[in-house]
Amino acid sequence: MMVGGQSYSPGIGTGRPWTFYALATLFGLFLLFLYGPMLVMYTLSFQGLHGGVTFPMVGFSTVWFEDIVKPDQMANIPVSFGRSVALASIVSLLTIGFSVAAGLAFRRRFPGSGLLFYLAVASLVMPSLLVGFGIGLGFKALGWKTDLFTSALGAQLTWTLPFGLFAMFAVVNRFNRAYEEAANDLGASPWQRFRYVTLPILLPGIIGVGMGAFTLSYDEYARTTLVIGERNTLPLEIYALISSASSPMLFAIGTVTTAASFLVIGLTLWRIFHIQKRRAGAGISK
Amino acid sequence: MTLIPETIRALPRLRQVRWPALRLPSWTASWLQVSPLAFVLIALFALPTILFVVVSFWEYDRTGIYAAFTLDNYRDLLTTPATIRVYVSSLSFAVIVWAITLFLGFNIAHFLIFHVRSSAVRTVLFLLCAIPFWTSGIIRTIAWIPFLGRNGAFNQMLIGAGITSQPLEFLLFSNFAVVVTYVNLFTLLMVGPIANSLAKIDPALIEAARDAGASRWRIMVEVIVPLSKTGIALGSILVFTQVMGDFFVVKAMSGGQSASIVSALATEIQAMQYPPAAANAVVLVIFVAIMVALMMRVVDVRKELVK
Repeated sequence: MMVGGQSYSPGIGTGRPWTFYALATLFGLFLLFLYGPMLVMYTLSFQGLHGGVTFPMVGFSTVWFEDIVKPDQMANIPVSFGRSVALASIVSLLTIGFSVAAGLAFRRRFPGSGLLFYLAVASLVMPSLLVGFGIGLGFKALGWKTDLFTSALGAQLTWTLPFGLFAMFAVVNRFNRAYEEAANDLGASPWQRFRYVTLPILLPGIIGVGMGAFTLSYDEYARTTLVIGERNTLPLEIYALISSASSPMLFAIGTVTTAASFLVIGLTLWRIFHIQKRRAGAGISK
Repeated sequence: MTLIPETIRALPRLRQVRWPALRLPSWTASWLQVSPLAFVLIALFALPTILFVVVSFWEYDRTGIYAAFTLDNYRDLLTTPATIRVYVSSLSFAVIVWAITLFLGFNIAHFLIFHVRSSAVRTVLFLLCAIPFWTSGIIRTIAWIPFLGRNGAFNQMLIGAGITSQPLEFLLFSNFAVVVTYVNLFTLLMVGPIANSLAKIDPALIEAARDAGASRWRIMVEVIVPLSKTGIALGSILVFTQVMGDFFVVKAMSGGQSASIVSALATEIQAMQYPPAAANAVVLVIFVAIMVALMMRVVDVRKELVK
């Protein structure tokens, strides 16, 4: 019999306790609950030309997907998609840079660290629309115009940076400082130590932070809506569509964005696994 | 004058010191490292917040807002029955959703961490939970409409199974639909932090409790739950603030039967009534801050996170 397994498993070696079956059922139902509406949406995005936003399906077509890219629609989905990706990329890069630096700094206490920590907590729990409201008032008071890469970018950073910072705490907690000390002892400069020791070890975590920030920005709606100016991001464009008209095109957009998310996530996970595999090959554990 | 001899005395010492170790306080580097983050949070979060607190005391009329002190915005807000109604409605949504997501989140996290034996299976199951989270919340919300509607998938399943002969009407555009959507959107916010806490529990503690003759129930109540309270508190804060800050789900799913605090506020902002909107915002922030502070009393979040 195996002793001292990785985690506590109730009744190991004695068969599964009844709680296992109860919880497994609950988990299965939860997955159904999560995916049920999504599957309905994917199905309805292939609704026939004369069908509506509910069942029954009236034939089968891809006309709603074609509608997305067709010009002179009420909403310009391809252009707003491009803006969302551009904005999310910038947000993601800034979040990585700022929160990695701050995460490393928070390993020591410094004057104001408590205050900054609670500022980040406050920024995270603040009702999102109010952040945009405040920034919008500020821009108005200064006579500046709100726009995609100024006020909207700033509003999204107040959301992604606290997330990035807290994720970095988890990443940094697992980091063994002995590696940095070893680099020091071997005569590395602070820059060499960061570039060749700290950064590579933290890289999978950092990619995770970047991916998280990208998703948060790409989906962000409530913080951005009051400060976007004239160039809408994709979620804002979708919102405008919902309030004005409903057609299965909305579901087609949902299907396409889900497919796009899968692609991005798949590539990122592949990259992380690749790094870990290479690392395992080189005999470095985390 | 007396400074000069001291400076001269200090000079040789300075020259011996290597450049990187220039006698700056040890935390200067930390400050440099946090400065971009601090700048963003101060300029784009703290200052705008102060600004709307100030504006909440200003006067306004049809043509603009004026920097004159008044408490009218607060008096109007707090004496309107609609305010109380919308706070009660939002708060009851928050409590119901909190209770359901806590129950689901704790059990799912417990299942994933303690019952799933293979770590590969665990990763896959975690990913299965997380994948819908990567689709826009707006789209996940409207995905419920064809599912719950009168001719929706759920009603057809019920009729097909012979459970009911008439389609159920209360499923969509009701408080029920709002709660279902919130639970769908936010349960993962509970699963994540709780699973993180559970994974940190030393299996030896549970072994010890079992060896001492504790039943599974007592192990749960006296070992596992107390050790996962950080995760429970963090998850609760996330779910609670998300529900209180929502303004899309209630609008889309209640069919106009309920309002949320923030959607009422958004209406005022669109009408350019900034001072009353700001007063409303201040009251909401104070309310959320009190609730979060209460939850953070349960656990020293900073100590748990930074460590």
